[in-house]
Amino acid sequence: MTETTLPVTKGGAQQSLLRINLIGLLTIVRKEAHRVRRIWVQTIVPPVITMTLYFVIFGTLIGRRIGEMDGVPYMNYIAPGLIMMSVITNSFGNVVSSFFSAKLQLFLEEMLVSPLSYATIVLGFVAGGMIRAMSVAVIVTAVALFFTNLDVAHPFITLSIILLTAMVFSLAGLINAIFANKFDDVSIFPTFVLAPLTYLGGVFFSISLLSPVWQKVALLNPVLYMVNGFRYGMLGVSDIDIRVAYAIILVFFVVLFTTAMVLLKRGTGIRH
Amino acid sequence: MDALVIKRLTKTYGNGLQALKGIDLTVPEGDFFALLGPNGAGKTTAIGIVTSLVNKTSGSVQVFGYDLDRQREAAKLQIGVVPQEVNLHMFETCRRILINQAGYYGVPRRVAAARVEKYLRALRLWDRRDDIARSLSGGMKRRLMIARALIHEPRLLILDEPTAGVDIEIRRSMWEFMREINEAGVTIILTTHYLEEAESLCRDIAIIDEGLIIENDSMTNVIRKLQTESFVLTLEKAVQSAPDLDGYPVELRNEHEIEVTLSKGQSLNSLFDVLSKKSLHVVSMRTKTNRLEELFMGLVEQKDRPSELHYD
Ligand SMILES: Nc1ncnc2c1ncn2[C@@H]1O[C@H](COP(=O)(O)OP(=O)(O)O)[C@@H](O)[C@H]1O
Ligand SMILES: [Mg+2]
Repeated sequence: MTETTLPVTKGGAQQSLLRINLIGLLTIVRKEAHRVRRIWVQTIVPPVITMTLYFVIFGTLIGRRIGEMDGVPYMNYIAPGLIMMSVITNSFGNVVSSFFSAKLQLFLEEMLVSPLSYATIVLGFVAGGMIRAMSVAVIVTAVALFFTNLDVAHPFITLSIILLTAMVFSLAGLINAIFANKFDDVSIFPTFVLAPLTYLGGVFFSISLLSPVWQKVALLNPVLYMVNGFRYGMLGVSDIDIRVAYAIILVFFVVLFTTAMVLLKRGTGIRH
Repeated sequence: MDALVIKRLTKTYGNGLQALKGIDLTVPEGDFFALLGPNGAGKTTAIGIVTSLVNKTSGSVQVFGYDLDRQREAAKLQIGVVPQEVNLHMFETCRRILINQAGYYGVPRRVAAARVEKYLRALRLWDRRDDIARSLSGGMKRRLMIARALIHEPRLLILDEPTAGVDIEIRRSMWEFMREINEAGVTIILTTHYLEEAESLCRDIAIIDEGLIIENDSMTNVIRKLQTESFVLTLEKAVQSAPDLDGYPVELRNEHEIEVTLSKGQSLNSLFDVLSKKSLHVVSMRTKTNRLEELFMGLVEQKDRPSELHYD
């Protein structure tokens, strides 16, 4: 009955703990992926419909009138922006709702009583957010290909920026869920912070259209760097320096990851 | 080796409520231990601290020698817990719930699959393995939580009011199952506010009230203490030592007062016969109540009051 792994020696403990955490991480990732599939009507369908509408209205109908932006056809200009916008909203949305419902319905306790490290729990949820974001991104890209041809100028930059952005917003979703006590708390940040930053973050326009003062203000928006970093990866054109984009994303990643770890360790919002 | 050692454990919640006022508890390996107390006594809080669901204010907890602060993971691996409140993912199937829980403890899926069958069969849920938790009855949900707590084969199983809301037959079969698990070597701690449950299952018992342990002894001793009644008799004439009352246990409280202990149901007349024979004249008499007894009366009443029964 008692064949429980007993970390006896210090070295043995390290080793078996690593194994436990690896299996645990895989388990959380599987579970999150299953959740995305199980409720695909909520997780995959809505963003795809929204993005298709954007492509039709802005890309095709209005885009024809606009012509070019930064030297590229408008449809091609907004395609990376819209892909990035779906990555941001879906990574955030996935983690915030998955973690918050686990907390609200108490089954988060399944993980809290287990020997998993907080890092494993954080990474597991982040992986879930990335899975959802990337699934949506792939479909949105496929939709975009109906309307235009997309080339990828710098594949490594494109992929790394999109993955890092998904991580950052998954972490943000996790932190939001940690603090949330009721369903309203889950929508405050996306509505009042995330949406404005995204819409003003260069998804639809180049900041060169703004007056010099507003250009300066726009540069304070971290989303701008992510969207433009990604656009640079795909089109080779950008409003900003790609190194700055990486630096900003990495800083956000480190700060948000540390914050999430500290909050879980202290038990903020999850332990009395 | 002790399965659980709790020292000077206190908990003050954010709202200032002091739920635990410094409790000490030792549960030896292999024990079947009851933590009994009325609602609000602090049972769930204590369990919450031991299972890392509640932050303690001060004190220490050791599980099979592993300190919960310093050897968190090793300590957690030893424990399986069935919480008081249902905390299942309602839209997951029984099988998935158990496989996932095994994964959180580092049990690979292959190994977990075999255990899932073993425990779902043992808890008579195998037929429902592919049904989602929401579709289960209250008693089945409780049993699923027991299976989940056992899936990593812990050495200490903690159950917080496991039979609340479970009908009487299932309750009996759960008792039977817990006995088997205990006989297989798993230390069991359960909390309950049903005296009957503690009495029929447990070897040792601690009684908690308002955040303090007021009794901690073997079940037999506690029952014996409860089956006696003490009376304080005021005597007309002073005595220097406790008089011999033909075998009735007597204690001298002061020179005018003695305390006599009777088994419940023993006749008072025969006591007075003895007193008269010894020419001890009693001026007045009162029953001595103790906190334990009062508490037990409460618990017994609670059990008998139909509205308090959570049977389905
Ligand atoms: N999260 C909480 N915040 C504030 N007070 C709490 C909280 N949880 C429990 N309490 C209080 O702590 C005391 C002990 O509760 P609990 O441990 O649940 O008792 P029991 O399990 O013995 O019924 C009660 O007075 C209860 O109201
Ligand atoms: Mg309780």
